[in-house]
Amino acid sequence: MATLRGYRRAEPGTQPDHLHPPYVSSIKRAPSKPLVYLPHTPSEITGPSFDSFAVDVKASDLTRQHHGEPLGERIIVSGRVLDEDGRPAARTLIEVWQANAAGRYRHSVDQHNAPLDPNFEGSGHTLTDEQGNFRFITIRPGAYPWRNHYNAWRPAHIHFSVFGPAFATRLITQMYFPGDALLPFDPIFNCTADETARNRLISVFDWETTVCEQALGYRFDIILSGRDSTPWEK
Amino acid sequence: MSLQATTSQTVGPFFQIGLARFYIDDLTGPGIAGETIEIEGRVLDGDGQSVPDGVIEIWQADAQGDYAHPGFSEELASIQKTDPQAKEHAQTQREQSAFWGFGRVPTQADGSFRFKTIKPGRVPAPDGTLQAPHIAVSVFTRGLLRRLVTRIYFPDEASNAEDFALKLVEAERRHTLIAKKLRDGRLEWNVVLQGANETVFFDC
Repeated sequence: MATLRGYRRAEPGTQPDHLHPPYVSSIKRAPSKPLVYLPHTPSEITGPSFDSFAVDVKASDLTRQHHGEPLGERIIVSGRVLDEDGRPAARTLIEVWQANAAGRYRHSVDQHNAPLDPNFEGSGHTLTDEQGNFRFITIRPGAYPWRNHYNAWRPAHIHFSVFGPAFATRLITQMYFPGDALLPFDPIFNCTADETARNRLISVFDWETTVCEQALGYRFDIILSGRDSTPWEK
Repeated sequence: MSLQATTSQTVGPFFQIGLARFYIDDLTGPGIAGETIEIEGRVLDGDGQSVPDGVIEIWQADAQGDYAHPGFSEELASIQKTDPQAKEHAQTQREQSAFWGFGRVPTQADGSFRFKTIKPGRVPAPDGTLQAPHIAVSVFTRGLLRRLVTRIYFPDEASNAEDFALKLVEAERRHTLIAKKLRDGRLEWNVVLQGANETVFFDC
């Protein structure tokens, strides 16, 4: 009998369905057939390691990537990457991207009539430390309009891409800010049925992360699938 | 302690600025053994329209069926203890090569993507059999709230008939996971997100 342990699957409602009609772009892109359940094999319980990449400190400080300082409210975002059993994801790659303070991305597709900031790229990356900790310094992103529905505006958010230990733990998500008036109206934020799960995408204002006379701090922990406690059985 | 995995969100239309640093479309290199293969395809939506704002990530074993993953041999040991076929497989593995096994490519304006790699070797399945050579694939696009997971298998591969994952798929849909050989030897493999010819996606 094999004893390969896979990763746990999401509790119902805690991850979005592929089809969420209020998010119009999902209508023609969501699969229409049921997904095929795949017990995890070595292909899913392994994954790329970015450990050997030397990460420049500037890559996690989005305010120091140019000669001048970007405009907007400087903030610190820190957190831990853990699995569902609380075990840290050590030395794992996190990539982030976001709009500038005016709500504009440095991307050719973004045609929002708001200024680009010559001192802000809006992207960064880092590796977590041995305890799964990460920390970015950045600018609080602005809200921006999109064409999903009439007068649609995305709440301020930062995109996060995380690998974790395995192909099975790969996650791309978005971090939001507490008290954002746009959250109740955003079909992307609201795509997850479970309210508690959804609300965990909202970072928490945190005095421990806040640096005196420097920047407000927000905490955003990222939880990846945990390991199955029992092996797969035939 | 039991926490709950963070909910997924769409990669959105602007991922280029965040993900471009690790775009890798060529996994081959000096000292990497194996048959070089070129795979190309398109990502199409439910109307057959091209998806120009997607990103494909691949993960695969090297030509010997070894994953560049810390602790991989320990993971395998648990299978090998009990299964003679997998044990034999382990003994034929050479030392870990320089092959990394990860690739990431964005789709172009016409929905197309391509990458160059080596044909992976066979890796064990949880039941102790050997899987057919395959590449694990993640698909992210604007409009997808969660990633889609699928696999690329190879044409003219007798082991496909006995593959652990392919056997889970209805026979008439298996072809969506198997690349087609083009006249010049390149492989074509498309991602159809929705509809009659929808690619098989796995709950992973």
